[in-house]
Amino acid sequence: MNKNLNTLINEPYKYGFSTKINKETIAKGLNENIIRLLSKKKKEPEFMLNFRLKAFKIWKQFIIPNWAQLTVPEINYQDIVYYSAPKLKKKIDSLDEVDPEILKTFEKLGISLSEQKRLTNVAVDAVFDSVSVGTTYQKELKEQGVIFCSFSEAIHEYPELIQKFLGSVVPIGDNYFSALNSAVFTDGSFCYIPKNTKCPLDLSTYFRINDQQSGQFERTLIIAEEGSYVSYLEGCTAPQYDKNQLHAAVVELIAFDNAEIKYSTVQNWYAGNEQGKGGIYNFVTKRGLCSGINSKISWTQVETGSSITWKYPSCILLGENSIGEFYSVALTNNFQQADTGSKMVHIGLNTNSRIVSKGISTGNSKNSYRGLVNINRKANNSRNYSQCDSLLIGNKSNANTFPFISVQNSTSKIEHEASTSKIGEDQIFYFLQRGISVEDAIGLMISGFCKDVFTELPLEFAAEADRLLTLKLEGSIG
Amino acid sequence: MILKVQNLNVTVNDIKILNDLNLEVKKGEIHAIMGPNGSGKSTLSKVIAGHPNYTITSGDILFEGKSILELEPETRSHLGIFLAFQYPIEIPGVSNEDFLRLSYNANQKFKNEKEVDPIEFFTIITEKLKLVKMNPAFLSRNVNEGFSGGEKKRNEILQMALLDSKLSILDETDSGLDIDALRTISEGINDLMNKDKSIILITHYQRLLDYIKPDYIHVMQKGQIIKTGNSEFAKELEIKGYQWLNK
Repeated sequence: MNKNLNTLINEPYKYGFSTKINKETIAKGLNENIIRLLSKKKKEPEFMLNFRLKAFKIWKQFIIPNWAQLTVPEINYQDIVYYSAPKLKKKIDSLDEVDPEILKTFEKLGISLSEQKRLTNVAVDAVFDSVSVGTTYQKELKEQGVIFCSFSEAIHEYPELIQKFLGSVVPIGDNYFSALNSAVFTDGSFCYIPKNTKCPLDLSTYFRINDQQSGQFERTLIIAEEGSYVSYLEGCTAPQYDKNQLHAAVVELIAFDNAEIKYSTVQNWYAGNEQGKGGIYNFVTKRGLCSGINSKISWTQVETGSSITWKYPSCILLGENSIGEFYSVALTNNFQQADTGSKMVHIGLNTNSRIVSKGISTGNSKNSYRGLVNINRKANNSRNYSQCDSLLIGNKSNANTFPFISVQNSTSKIEHEASTSKIGEDQIFYFLQRGISVEDAIGLMISGFCKDVFTELPLEFAAEADRLLTLKLEGSIG
Repeated sequence: MILKVQNLNVTVNDIKILNDLNLEVKKGEIHAIMGPNGSGKSTLSKVIAGHPNYTITSGDILFEGKSILELEPETRSHLGIFLAFQYPIEIPGVSNEDFLRLSYNANQKFKNEKEVDPIEFFTIITEKLKLVKMNPAFLSRNVNEGFSGGEKKRNEILQMALLDSKLSILDETDSGLDIDALRTISEGINDLMNKDKSIILITHYQRLLDYIKPDYIHVMQKGQIIKTGNSEFAKELEIKGYQWLNK
């Protein structure tokens, strides 16, 4: 049975292939000239270059944070390529001009960009290494006033929106990695939902790191105007390389009065091999600002990949009656390390937040929940409910919970629940004795454990997430 | 012959637990195994079911004439070996209904019979619930989670009824039960017994044998069966204990 468990848990990574393409890269290394070159390559307006240079200056003064329950090998920032893009004949007007190899790559990943085969209810922005290669349904969305495009396009087409909101939720100097990202980010997605509009499609960005030496630094900005609604999905994969790659993203969300943003992630970057060699270092800053009254931001994440994950999607509840939610499943295996959780900062009256975190650790992995609930003095009658559950499989994995709670008024209510359980041999034997296979047994226990989070995912994503976890844990599938 | 245990030697962490043990069980028979703590009764039941923690150093276990030593625990279950656990384990997050249906369907599949959907299954399980006088509310609760001792044991017998196995090994199913629960469970077991089935009861107490009449009673000591008698033998044991058998 032990043997079975091992083969189950060590299912090979399915998205580990790489694509050979003609690419345009710049020299390795990070300095002011590289940043100027990068900005020039992207033909950016001056405010962007200044933004980047300012960020670089701040970043140089930072040291890498070491408070997380992670062992991070030293990262050589001079050994990273900061710009790598598929070579294009000219500006892409239609997908016909995109390298067919890239389209094939996305097809292989289950994301079709072509007119005939694209998903019927989701608009997709596909980001390949440093640039966006195509966005579907742009025209249809525009008719409703919804803007959904690559970040580079947004900088050119909507500079006033970018200038106004870029860095307004995650300031340049927020932390080490936000400063790095602000200096060198190359692309990402931009969404703008106008007043009283319910975005007719789910919006989705699919991130693919292909190049072996490049880092991926993307930026996402979503603005939901008064009374609007949008559901946004994010997916990530990368090829299997022996060398570690750096991914440092920044995501900013802003919800105005009565607006709602639902942000879902299925993160499946390459996690490294059984000995812990290779894999993505995933350092991400995600934050949402509930700026208006009755606004709502909801984060749902399924984190299964990356060799190191450092990520705390957070909400600043500024508007009265605003709501912040965080639902998370984090699975770590082999030598993966995850330090992830959420921050809920209550500033407005009657604000409400909810944290549901499920950590699954197996192999030799380390999985930590880290959270902050901060209820300010004036945030009267606020509420928070947190639930942090850890599930251990095997005897060598490690689970931690670090909840920080600070309440500065007497009218607010806080609830915190936590549990740790273990899938032991005896539980599996119980299933086996009843004729149920190891695969089904673990599948059933894992979906049971993650139920509260999966119900928060959009339908297609819930199926995808369930499949992903089974893929990671089951022997017979894939 | 449904079960034949031949000169079985078993160790766990290099400590010998079963020592040249022999046992034969025919169709339609009920065998009781008694004996002091640590004599190897539970080990025997787990070894027959295929628990991976035990090492069989020599001997064989035949089920319907064929050796099962190389078979995985789930295959043994499919063939018709059922073990009611002494300490049924809790499985958080998995509803009893899903668990029971998966188990039922795994066996249906093995027998090349139709797997049932949740609605069909509900009809099947409702019948079985009556047998052990269990409230249907149990179905929506997680497997054994927060169940009382008696409820856990009842749940085991429910599974025994559902899987309709050829050989059922009940490991101290009577321990921790009050008299009413003992009666209900015993009645359930008697209802399930017929000439094509066999049962091995592992117990410490004679009182279970007031409700379920065994054909044979074995006494285990230091990993061996040291004495076998008929159903009257239990009464003698109750009075004299096990010590006198040592000589």
